[in-house]
Amino acid sequence: MIEVKNVNKSFGENHVLHDFSAKFEEGQVNLIIGQSGQGKSVLTKCIVGLMEVDSGSVLYNGRDFSKMNRKERKDIRKEIGMLFQGSALFDSMSVEENIMFPLKMFTNMSKKEMQERADFCLERVNLSGRNKLLPAELSGGMMKRVAIARAISMKPKYLFCDEPNSGLDPSTSILIDNLIQEITYEYGMTTVVITHDMNSVIEIGDHIIFIHTGRNWWQGTKEEIIKTDNPEIIDFVYASKFMKNLKGKLA
Amino acid sequence: MSYIESVGKYVGMIRQVFSKPERLKVYYTRTLTEIETIGINSAGIVAILSVFMGAVISLQTASNMDSPLLPKYTIGYITRSSTILEFSPTIISLILAGKVGSNIASEIGTMRVTEQIDALDIMGVNSLSFLVLPKVIAAIFFFPFLIICSMGLSIIGGYYAVTLSELASHEEFVYGIRAFFKVSDITYALVKTCVFAFVIVTVSSYFGYFTKGGALDVGKSSTQAVVWSSIVILLTNFVLTQLILM
Repeated sequence: MIEVKNVNKSFGENHVLHDFSAKFEEGQVNLIIGQSGQGKSVLTKCIVGLMEVDSGSVLYNGRDFSKMNRKERKDIRKEIGMLFQGSALFDSMSVEENIMFPLKMFTNMSKKEMQERADFCLERVNLSGRNKLLPAELSGGMMKRVAIARAISMKPKYLFCDEPNSGLDPSTSILIDNLIQEITYEYGMTTVVITHDMNSVIEIGDHIIFIHTGRNWWQGTKEEIIKTDNPEIIDFVYASKFMKNLKGKLA
Repeated sequence: MSYIESVGKYVGMIRQVFSKPERLKVYYTRTLTEIETIGINSAGIVAILSVFMGAVISLQTASNMDSPLLPKYTIGYITRSSTILEFSPTIISLILAGKVGSNIASEIGTMRVTEQIDALDIMGVNSLSFLVLPKVIAAIFFFPFLIICSMGLSIIGGYYAVTLSELASHEEFVYGIRAFFKVSDITYALVKTCVFAFVIVTVSSYFGYFTKGGALDVGKSSTQAVVWSSIVILLTNFVLTQLILM
């Protein structure tokens, strides 16, 4: 489990996160939703340690990340997998080399074992046989799937996904969403997904946090978010005509 | 103030670059790749520049020798001395700052803006050491070879320019090349080259690593990397010349 306690983060005069607290449960897909510029990405970067918090704490199974020394942080990071918005695959390496990279750096696996693990991960994301392709030769959806394969290659305890559906067509989005959900349940990971996509909320959201003005504005389940009368959430969730019509029909 | 901040950031970066590598074997493989990318791939341009640089130096020297009291072997002597002491280590390093420096800054800068460096950091890899250390080692190891080749090719270029245009004979030029030769000149040139190699790689990596924004900013970082590498090379050249030769 990951717990965020009273986290504050500012950039000069711009106070991005205000006393933000939340819990991200193990074995669940935790979604962080909210409008652009509300602090979702900053929050994630603070949780994974790409940014230092000004005050407050981030606890990984009770261990305070901000108080850890360099070695302890390194150890925690080996337990983290991250799917970036732009996939962030190493473009000088093939698909297989991308997946094997963390294994090469941090395990004593033989080349054959690494190869087997890479094959397994690629099979898991339905990309068997694409080992030798370069990232430039892949479509957007395939790149995301390779990034997921790389993220799970070290069997992480925590998975972070930064807008996994951005730039993808609806059917590929659903495919990626389902994949994230499946591997979360399969490996019992604590998964945190940042998204704008309401389909993802309905499809895979076990626990949803709505972030607004840098605060934990609302949290609950997907059933609860549909029924809530919180005006900020209504503005966000039912922003499109389609969703407004859907709400009318549901009502 | 921002310059002082930048120097502080640069020193901090260097400290991190030389921290203990995670996996030596991976670093070894990367170093070999970098030798090819920033060393061997620069051999062509270094060779072409060196030949013509040597040819022009010798022709300029010959055309400026108006006094009949000056022996013809002076052409060979001046070509050798200026090539070994300044032209090969400094001018070629400035050229390499342009070619290799912009390449490094744009490579690392692109990795920054496409979040590849964040991906390394999240995995627990020391991204600075992983990206920069192999380049530093490759440059310090390989640039001296390039400069030695450059010295040889410059002298050959000078020889052909002078002998083919009959400004001096073969014997006169060769005598000039061998006259008053000091091995310490080569040592001085190679020491300078190693320092310049370090400067080119670290300054360019600095601008690439701390790139913020998008493609346009990668371009800006690349330009800044070349400009600042060149300035630092010229400054260190002055300091090293004072320290070693004076």
